[in-house]
Amino acid sequence: MRTKPTLVIACGALAREINQLKKINGWGHLELTCIDAALHNRPEQIPGQLRARIRENRDRYDEIYIAYADCGTRGEIDRIVAEEGVERLPGAHCYQFLAGADLFARLSSDEPGTFYLTDFLVRHFKRLVFRALGLDRHPELRDAYFGNYRRLVYLSQTADEDLVQAAQEAADVLGLEFEQVHTAYGDLEQSLRRKFSGLRDGEKDDYLLA
Amino acid sequence: MNEDLVQVENLEEEEEIILTDLPDAELVEQMHDDLYDGLREEIVEGTTILLERGWSAEKVLNDALVGGMKIVGIDFRDGILFVPEVLLAANAMKGGMEILRPLLAETGVKPIGKMVIGTVKGDIHDIGKNLVAMMMEGAGFEVINIGINNSVEDYLAALEEHNPDILGMSALLTTTMPYMKVVIDELVARGIRNDYIVLVGGAPLNEEFGAAIGADAYCRDAAQAAVTGTKLVQERQTAASA
Repeated sequence: MRTKPTLVIACGALAREINQLKKINGWGHLELTCIDAALHNRPEQIPGQLRARIRENRDRYDEIYIAYADCGTRGEIDRIVAEEGVERLPGAHCYQFLAGADLFARLSSDEPGTFYLTDFLVRHFKRLVFRALGLDRHPELRDAYFGNYRRLVYLSQTADEDLVQAAQEAADVLGLEFEQVHTAYGDLEQSLRRKFSGLRDGEKDDYLLA
Repeated sequence: MNEDLVQVENLEEEEEIILTDLPDAELVEQMHDDLYDGLREEIVEGTTILLERGWSAEKVLNDALVGGMKIVGIDFRDGILFVPEVLLAANAMKGGMEILRPLLAETGVKPIGKMVIGTVKGDIHDIGKNLVAMMMEGAGFEVINIGINNSVEDYLAALEEHNPDILGMSALLTTTMPYMKVVIDELVARGIRNDYIVLVGGAPLNEEFGAAIGADAYCRDAAQAAVTGTKLVQERQTAASA
């Protein structure tokens, strides 16, 4: 008998990364469906859409996994995850699980005024940051948003010079110092491998040790 | 609707509104609209006109500014307005407050209470905290805003110096919000926890968190903070005078 595939319900900001990990790890049984990444600017709308997506798909899959962290939902995603009997990614947000908990803690502690971008956010900076914050229409708001920030750290998943350049330009626009920290897929990869491949002997899983 | 009528209607919409020509009630309504649209100059002008017409600073504050910001708060909560619009509205209200603040101080009216408010250690976010400070001021509180990245020592020093009724703590990050408990625990350890009403707020918090760390209340937004702060201070004052 053919088993039903596993579904990952992810934030759209992780679609490219999860598809890449699927290829690298040969997770042919894994299917992906995404919720609009723009909801990160209205996180209170994420839990409702997530629950609806789980229920729409429950009968069609053996297992459903949630590729969201808490993502500013005040614990609401955790409530849904518990009620629906599924699991989610660790941590508070994508910066944390992409950097890994230890590195993210160190970056935040070294400079609390750090604004983070990922590959996805660099690609969509104009739409999801610049325009969403109204900076195209009201550039005078820049200091209200970023006056307390000192640096922009680009947590890169891939080695792409165009993205590095775009991230540098974003830092310039926001008036912040620029730094790139290459994280690859961090705890996103660890968590998915633990879930879908099982860790190989001797492999470190920071999430399990945390 | 035919084309001519549409054109007439558009012309009417574009007609400039002369604030001084409006009767009081319409002017207040217009100021609510101007706050909503974040028009600082118009709010400054409207505030000045109402004062020239003999309105007290307190009445201008309550009816025109706080009333308008409440509408902004409701529409933000309901997803009709977004952060940029709220910031522009707050900036417009600040313009009015700058005129009213010295007048309110001159009247000698005792504030409802005093609040020390600051963002916790490791956290530099202050948009929400500043909105709370503004709405508390609008509700009649004296507010001491101690800024961002505050350690236990910073909070204790501010409490000792200003002896407020309320301590307000804010955090935007899940990694920094546990620090609120560090502050509250220190107040308990020093035997001064019950000297203050502790209000907490910020995007990642919820009521359960507020209760778990021993705060008196979690406030979801700035308008709710003003209502909750007023209620708790009045309850405390009533209990003290009983």
